[in-house]
Amino acid sequence: MSVTLLIEQLINGLQLGTMLFLMASGLTLVFGVMGLINLAHGSFYMVGAYVTALTSVSTGSFPLGLAAGVLAAAAAGAIVELLVIRRLYGRSHLDQVLATFALILIFSEGTRWLFGSSPLWLSPPEALSGSVALPGGSRYPVYRLVIIAVGVVVAAGLYLLIAHTRLGMRIRAGESDREIIGALGVNIRRLYTLVFALGAALAGLAGSLVGALQSVQVGMGEPVLILAFVVIVIGGIGSIKGALLGALLVGMVDTLGRVFLPALFGQFMSPSDAAGAGTALAAMLIYILMAVILAFKPKGLFAAHD
Amino acid sequence: MNTLTRAGLGLLMTTAVATAQADDVKIGMITTLSGGGSHLGVDVRDGFMLAMNQADRDDLEVLIQDDARRPDLAKSLSNEFMQRDQVDILTGIIWSNLAMAVVPSVVRQGTFYLSPNAGPSDLAGRMCHENYFNVAYQNDNLHGAMGAYMRGQGFENPLLMAPNYPAGTDALAGFKHLFEGEVADEIYTQLGQTDYAAEIARIRASDADSLFFFLPGGMGISFMKQWESSGVEMPVFGAAFSFDETIIKAVGSAAIGAMNTSQWAYDLDNAANQAFVEGFQEAYERMPTLYAAQGYDTARLILSALDKAHPSDKDAFRDALRDADFDSVRGEFRFGSNHHPIQDIHVREVVEGEDGEPTNRLVGIAVKDIQDVYAEQCRM
Repeated sequence: MSVTLLIEQLINGLQLGTMLFLMASGLTLVFGVMGLINLAHGSFYMVGAYVTALTSVSTGSFPLGLAAGVLAAAAAGAIVELLVIRRLYGRSHLDQVLATFALILIFSEGTRWLFGSSPLWLSPPEALSGSVALPGGSRYPVYRLVIIAVGVVVAAGLYLLIAHTRLGMRIRAGESDREIIGALGVNIRRLYTLVFALGAALAGLAGSLVGALQSVQVGMGEPVLILAFVVIVIGGIGSIKGALLGALLVGMVDTLGRVFLPALFGQFMSPSDAAGAGTALAAMLIYILMAVILAFKPKGLFAAHD
Repeated sequence: MNTLTRAGLGLLMTTAVATAQADDVKIGMITTLSGGGSHLGVDVRDGFMLAMNQADRDDLEVLIQDDARRPDLAKSLSNEFMQRDQVDILTGIIWSNLAMAVVPSVVRQGTFYLSPNAGPSDLAGRMCHENYFNVAYQNDNLHGAMGAYMRGQGFENPLLMAPNYPAGTDALAGFKHLFEGEVADEIYTQLGQTDYAAEIARIRASDADSLFFFLPGGMGISFMKQWESSGVEMPVFGAAFSFDETIIKAVGSAAIGAMNTSQWAYDLDNAANQAFVEGFQEAYERMPTLYAAQGYDTARLILSALDKAHPSDKDAFRDALRDADFDSVRGEFRFGSNHHPIQDIHVREVVEGEDGEPTNRLVGIAVKDIQDVYAEQCRM
């Protein structure tokens, strides 16, 4: 196990973590402010990726596609909030889960109906498609470094927004007491729509960025959604800081587990069995992490409502 | 959607015409038309219906149902076809786990089943049956052929990668069986995994001279794109499942240069294949994949057997199927003792096509007359 490999895997973990943060921050905001469990968050991820793929192919410009993807996801979020989600705030979590699960089905089958079941083509822009040298002689894709940078910028932006702006103050107020800020004359309905659209835009950004690395296809959002839920449960529901820390933790544990567990098992098993057993345990590792953290901190690392 | 409606309308019409005669033949098709991996089922169906439409027979009825890749649904659809519609022949299943749920009981009850894709080892070996025919391949065929090809090309230390599920472990076992040498390492990924950064770093750190992978569907697309930008220089090999025309279009230039094995290629030089490729493009306005070719061959095998016997005369119809008296789009084609194909497996390379999009080009033959190793376990 060389130092080069370790460095590369640490960057990989960081990259997975920042991508998860983009998903989880929107999810945790919506849960923290509105108390809503939104399973359809992965659909905005898919919307972002599809619109980016379509726009960047037709215009030939990836940045334009990225902007279109983020805006489309935000618009989809706002429309869904106005039409459906708005009616769910007063209902039980089970109703919310049912309704947002229905939204997943509608988005998935609608996308299939419009664009077919074949995956779409989307690649990183030419300028970012190469790789750079890492210390130790290895190489690393530029595009993945860009994703990390975008994640850092978004995290800083969210911190500024929530800690230093009027909107952020209202979001924080909404998290701690919904009724009172309504009574104080804040237009709570508009605030909810805004927060929901912001969350959807972040998911759309993640989908657009990652779509260029992976395949743009129906149902691409759901595997990420599951990880994002693990992240916000670990980080503490409603906490942006928790989402950031949880995302980095999950990203690191998942990546390093996938690499080093099979190697560890290989010390005392045949290569074929070690690969199988190591992979199986690596797949469980983040859930084990979640269970351990919840055993000591039942509300997650930074619960918003302590 | 449009093709679906058309197929539906076509069905209604054949039903109306066909009810007149009692000795009409009913064919039930259970395949995956929605959910993940549905482009495989759509292609099998379209290839199958192309052959049916070209034959233009009015004593045939094809009923099509979507299994949504769910074993339980496939099972209940097969019961419906057998008991309510009393079909003579069943076909269409894409996934091996669905085939294992459906096929054994269907063939035991005396209905013929022709597989246009799934070829799990159990159905080729200890659970083989006289009423079960596989028109595509035994699952190991393409992987094994690539093992033999890479050995022949002088690769000595390949690294193998597949998802950690039965078809994945079978694929690597099939590869190793014909590669007959030591491999650098085996990496198992999670099924449905989308990010391969960690695996690519391991491949880079290994001393392998080549990479063989089996990542069907969206997994292969994600991997190939990430592989290209990683800057790792290593020749890439796989089976056609990761390099069908639909997938390489989504991967883009990253797929170029990859070698893959297939029992069929659109540029195979024979008259049946030319008629198929032209007919398919005309009817559906896209390039056929190997799945479409399998659907087409399945339909043509059924048609050739129907010319000789009616399915109600089971022994005569079975013999007619066994003869495989039709011009396969693959060229040479015959059944082994376990009703699985004995056929040539070809090697294709992904190249840039005339329109700038990646496409497969035939390179040569990997293995002539390959037969699965399970045939000797089959007692029929």
